[in-house]
Amino acid sequence: MRAIKTPLIAALGILIVASALGLLTNSYIQLIILFLFVNSIMGMSLNLVNGYTGQFSLGHAGFVAVGAYVTAAITTKFPVPAGLMALPYFILVSLGAGVIAGIFGYFVGLPSLRLKGDYLAIVTLGFGEIIRVSLNNMSYFGGALGISSIPSMPEIDLGGYVISTFVTSLIFAIFWAIICFFVIWRLLKSSHGRCFLSVREDEIAAEAMGINTTKSKIQAFVVSSFFAGIAGALYAHFTNYVSPASFTFLMSIDAVIMVVLGGMGSMTGVLTSAFIITVLPEILRSLKDFTGGVDLRMIIYSLALILIMILRPQGLFGSKEISIRRKNVSSST
Amino acid sequence: MSAPLLDVRNITMQFGGLKAVDSLSFQVQKGQLAGLIGPNGAGKTTVFNMLTGVYKPTSGEVAFESKKVSGLKPYEISSHGLTRTFQNIRLFKDLTVLENVLIANHQHVKYTWTDALLLNQTFEKEEKQITDKAKEILHIFGLSNKIDERSANLPYGEQRKLEIVRALMTEPKMILLDEPAAGMNHSETHSLMELIAKIRKEFNLTVLLIEHDMKLVMGICEQIFVLDHGVKIEEGAPEKIKSSKKVIEAYLGVDADESH
Repeated sequence: MRAIKTPLIAALGILIVASALGLLTNSYIQLIILFLFVNSIMGMSLNLVNGYTGQFSLGHAGFVAVGAYVTAAITTKFPVPAGLMALPYFILVSLGAGVIAGIFGYFVGLPSLRLKGDYLAIVTLGFGEIIRVSLNNMSYFGGALGISSIPSMPEIDLGGYVISTFVTSLIFAIFWAIICFFVIWRLLKSSHGRCFLSVREDEIAAEAMGINTTKSKIQAFVVSSFFAGIAGALYAHFTNYVSPASFTFLMSIDAVIMVVLGGMGSMTGVLTSAFIITVLPEILRSLKDFTGGVDLRMIIYSLALILIMILRPQGLFGSKEISIRRKNVSSST
Repeated sequence: MSAPLLDVRNITMQFGGLKAVDSLSFQVQKGQLAGLIGPNGAGKTTVFNMLTGVYKPTSGEVAFESKKVSGLKPYEISSHGLTRTFQNIRLFKDLTVLENVLIANHQHVKYTWTDALLLNQTFEKEEKQITDKAKEILHIFGLSNKIDERSANLPYGEQRKLEIVRALMTEPKMILLDEPAAGMNHSETHSLMELIAKIRKEFNLTVLLIEHDMKLVMGICEQIFVLDHGVKIEEGAPEKIKSSKKVIEAYLGVDADESH
């Protein structure tokens, strides 16, 4: 009971705020809200590898693509069951997508995690691109055209009271975001998670203290890929369309920016930067009206990133966490 | 006499054309406090690196408790009960003192991922148990009031101590200390000597240490091995080493009159 209390409260709180926000506004804002969760999961999962385990991966988009394509392939082949049964169906499919992405993560991580720093970055970038280019050439997955008409989350009719697609999508997204957050958070408070940190801090010392660093790195990489796959599954349902062009290395870069901007190794930091990365470019869209059609959006966005990195090179939060409780957060989770 | 705890047989480490250690053999008995000394560049740290699996010896064999450990990975050797500290301090700098120590206990942790994710009894109980254990060892080393401090912020002497605490947390049978007193002043070195003697008794340890501080080495070591240019030139009790001509020559050079 204690294990699910905090996550449940958090989920309900977020659900109330987000659905209130979403229902008061239009579908454009609703999609941004949903994407906030996709990006958060992407950022949190990459943070496990880049921030906590200190292994610089640039191939996150590849695993997001795997998750998205698995979901897309399954849900376009097997019809979504009607009514309430739709929720477990979607959760099961996304779970499968995550598992398959995790398996990919294992096989990508096994050879590449022997490398360090720049070399690892290049190899993971390469693997990410291999996945994308392979999808581009697989006619089963629609080749360059991708897969379209992926089902959204359905409306659920509760005897006259209809829960809208937006709210069911939101429930789905929050469900995974909360799981992602608490899995990573609690892992880091355990001995297994501390091993990840020790690998980041000093691999030689970690080995001498009896830690199988290769195993730790692969574990972190697999968990990270799993949640990347989940993010991909959410992405597929929210956009209803996936194509290889959606998963270029620019998506990996976005994820890396989230991690670096928020502070390597801070969960709350990554969540904050996921918010900035998702919302800032959208807010800046309206700028066009003032500048007479000149699109300064990406310039300001880039400038903002540069400024933050100059003023806060350790990221917005460094490796610190913000918490409602002042101390001993571990006991409250 | 029973079989030695650590049995090093003809280990050689070759880096390209350089023989850093040349067919070195020595034995450390269970419960002994032994020292490995030698001038700078003699290959002492290379020996430690071979014993703990950082380097794989080019040839020769290391046996620990009569089991061959050379060729194993460092973490495997550590799980046999042979651990070490580092000459150039290698703490987990960004983590707290307590976290540094807890990490070293990982190989003994029984709870699984699932226990940690569910925050169940098994997890809570064992976490408390290992935290208590860590605090206890930290207390012996006088670091109790620093457990939440970032380890990089500790003064130098305490960082060295923390390295020893961390090594002890792996529950070793034998600990290799690489210059534990480096950079310490006289009184710090003295208290460290006492501490090493104390933990050896309390944890039933066998100790092998590298040290340049001759007072420390001669004061506490029962058996000393002298290394010069990768070759063992002498071994024995401190008195024997002190009066050994070979050792004096290695440290001070050969007398000009005698060399001709």
